[in-house]
Amino acid sequence: MNDNILEMRSITKTFPGVKALQDVSIEVRRGEIHAICGENGAGKSTLMRVLSGVHPTGTYDGEIVFEGESVRFGSINDSEDKGIVIIHQELALIPFLSIAENIFLGNEQATRGLINWNHTNAEAAKLLARVGLKENPTTPVGQLGVGKQQLVEIAKALSKRVKLLILDEPTAALNDNDSAQLLNLLRQLQGQNITSILITHKLNEIAEIADSTTILRDGKTIETVDMRTEEVSVNRLIKGMVGRDLEHRFPPHTSNIGEEVLRIENWTVHHPTQAERIVVDGANVTVHAGEIVGMAGLMGAGRTELAMSVFGRSYGRHSSGQVFKRGTEIHTHSVPQAIGHGIAYATEDRKRYGLNLIEDVRRNISAAALGKVSSGGWINGNEEIKVAEEYRASLDIKTPTVMSLAGKLSGGNQQKVVLSKWIFTDPDVLILDEPTRGIDVGAKYEIYTIINRLADAGKAIIVISSELPELLGTCDRIYTLSEGRVTGVVPKAEATQERLMELMTKVKEQA
Amino acid sequence: MTGIVNLRERVTRNVRDVGSSTVIANLRELFTRNLRQSGIYIAFVLIVGFFAIRSPNFLSPGNITNIILQYSYILILAIGMVIVIIAGHIDLSVGSVVALTGAVSAVVVIKGGHPWWMGALAAIGVGLLVGVWQGFWVAFVGIPAFIVTLAGMLLFRGLTLKVLGNVSLSPFPAEYQKVAGGFLLNGFFGGNGVDVFTLVIAAIAIVGYAVNSYRSRQARLNYLQSVEAFPLFVLRVLAVAGVVMAFAYQLARSRGLPIVLILLAVLIIIYSLVAQRSVFGRHGYAIGGNLNAAQLSGVKVRRVNFLIFLNMGFLAGVAGVVYSSRSNGAQPAAGNMFELDAIAACFIGGAAITGGVGTVVGAVVGGLIMGVMSNGMQLLGIEQSVQFILKALVLLTAVAFDVYNKRRAGSAK
Repeated sequence: MNDNILEMRSITKTFPGVKALQDVSIEVRRGEIHAICGENGAGKSTLMRVLSGVHPTGTYDGEIVFEGESVRFGSINDSEDKGIVIIHQELALIPFLSIAENIFLGNEQATRGLINWNHTNAEAAKLLARVGLKENPTTPVGQLGVGKQQLVEIAKALSKRVKLLILDEPTAALNDNDSAQLLNLLRQLQGQNITSILITHKLNEIAEIADSTTILRDGKTIETVDMRTEEVSVNRLIKGMVGRDLEHRFPPHTSNIGEEVLRIENWTVHHPTQAERIVVDGANVTVHAGEIVGMAGLMGAGRTELAMSVFGRSYGRHSSGQVFKRGTEIHTHSVPQAIGHGIAYATEDRKRYGLNLIEDVRRNISAAALGKVSSGGWINGNEEIKVAEEYRASLDIKTPTVMSLAGKLSGGNQQKVVLSKWIFTDPDVLILDEPTRGIDVGAKYEIYTIINRLADAGKAIIVISSELPELLGTCDRIYTLSEGRVTGVVPKAEATQERLMELMTKVKEQA
Repeated sequence: MTGIVNLRERVTRNVRDVGSSTVIANLRELFTRNLRQSGIYIAFVLIVGFFAIRSPNFLSPGNITNIILQYSYILILAIGMVIVIIAGHIDLSVGSVVALTGAVSAVVVIKGGHPWWMGALAAIGVGLLVGVWQGFWVAFVGIPAFIVTLAGMLLFRGLTLKVLGNVSLSPFPAEYQKVAGGFLLNGFFGGNGVDVFTLVIAAIAIVGYAVNSYRSRQARLNYLQSVEAFPLFVLRVLAVAGVVMAFAYQLARSRGLPIVLILLAVLIIIYSLVAQRSVFGRHGYAIGGNLNAAQLSGVKVRRVNFLIFLNMGFLAGVAGVVYSSRSNGAQPAAGNMFELDAIAACFIGGAAITGGVGTVVGAVVGGLIMGVMSNGMQLLGIEQSVQFILKALVLLTAVAFDVYNKRRAGSAK
């Protein structure tokens, strides 16, 4: 009999329009540290949500076997009862509550309905000792740094008698010291017979700590590598993560590159609430008329932060550096200013930042350039409809009428509405953040075609994307970012996924 | 873009292609989309019908005039409130502001012996100052409107007591009383028990409505948009004309055209236009609908929020004048709970609790539903206790309906 603590067999999970997981299988041996790696969108998080019961039994196909028995989880509580605890990238701690209160949240140490605080704090102190955190259990969590908060999360997991601990990008927000400490802790827990699943982008961490690694790509298992029996290089992992063919997924396009339109120099951005954290570090980026420039980077690399801070300081107020438009310095301290200088930014999160879902298509399209359909502060409703109809036709937005609510459209068509909105501002520079996230293959092709048409019309375009094939298929030049720094610029001719991934995972020490 | 060239042709084809099946589909779409709105009109008609049957006096000339005079200030507040709510805020202070502005007006006119219009101007000026104050805290300091206006509710009540020295002031001179209780040029064109002037004004309004409707229909045609068939259009104008004329006739048989009705009509028209047609109004909807998206689309959120509260202060000042005129004086406790009536009017009228949805006309109809119910129940001699309970249920039902609708539409997902 094998000694697998967990087997997930042929898991298939479909979201409307997207197959997130396809026949994914994974086996985790008892007491090992098992890494899962893959590009953004490869299905890692979805797989873990299936495992932890966030996606309950019945919403996916396949079987989960935990400790030798087939399990069916209806909710997170079910999986936690069995000893499976997931720690999300976004920590789920309440900043105003103390460490002890957070650890026992939902599991209060009470006798006859009254919380026993002495017991609570004493138990918390024991757990903190186990994770090596020297803090008073009554300290509010908000006063701790991210690294220590991570340890509190693990202490919380231990309080639930965890057998299988899942960590989703635990070191993404940590500095090197804290990361090392965390990985060390995972080894210690291994000694206490706790199995860990580690989801991470940082391949050197995997090489350092993992006993075996499963590689996911496009919602499928590519392979599971035993790291103890063979020497596995980072390159080998990269190959597994990216290798797929790029034929016919992108419309052919030759860019006609003109003069320089936008130049960003020495751009530094601080985190809006943690001022000491630098999220973009002295970035230099240029883009020319008719050129499509890509920005590659893993989560937390600072791509969105760079774009949003240039676009009217929409990401915090703490940024420095210079922006030049056609050679003259411009100031983009507010969004209207940025729009006035011909910059457009289509966000990565359409629903939260891009669209007013309870408003109709027409009014979403005109939202950023109402001045063009109004005079003296009064909107010409007919003109507005005409404009909306024009974009509906030229971008082929599939909607019953332009009066339909934006929230009722499919992802691809919502994205076309967002693009319409920004094209209507008549920008010189379009920054498209994850323009094809969450939309199906056919619609992606249409979006690429629109991007190409915009470039042909002389617009300078920056595409931020987590999908390397997308960047390779559409861009003339690709910048790579890692930990807030631009680590390279690769022209199309020289770009390969392996080369990009290498630059994207380049950390400071190696630089 | 290449597609644009073909647009005209394509759109023309679309207009021509509208067959009977798509008409029905469009009607259904229109109906589901406007269910929230049309539901409220249907409810209004049903409620009016109910009271008309139960109480013969309900639609009498005198009573219709009464309803208008009695609820005018709530309707004025509701107009400002719905714009506040559309942008995702709330204003709890308007009742106190009505009291304060009325008190200031009373001090100027009654104590100071100044002419009536100086009192009115002073009240509106104070309303604007209130707007500046609250707008500053909401828009520029970023404190939630709930807190700012809750503080305002206490603050302005306190100032009212201060201004009045804890005593009521009355009476106002006759000119001032006319604002809320007067009638415009009654008997100007004579008439035998029926004020011809009222009918003439109503006729002018109808002609204005017809001309305006026709012109907007022509404009839509020029833009190649689908319009209702001409006979249907004529029918719609005639129906509106009939209702307005019947209403005007009832007024004419009573005391004529209330000044405050003219004021209300003007405010409703202006603010409907502001909400539906102005860039400012649109920005309010954008902020309430998705603040982040509005910000990233270049909406000057702080400026818009400030103006919204400035405007609310202005309208609260106007309401203060109307209320003090109607009550013929200023009392320390004036305007108590008005804010809740105004807020209820907005929600009954289809405004969304989370912002981004609502109309001025809806809020006014919502206010009228409350007014008509109060009045009708009084006529039927229903106890005060039952009146409160029924009004509460109407509010709850209206919002529950709204929530149900939203969930069914699933659009906010």
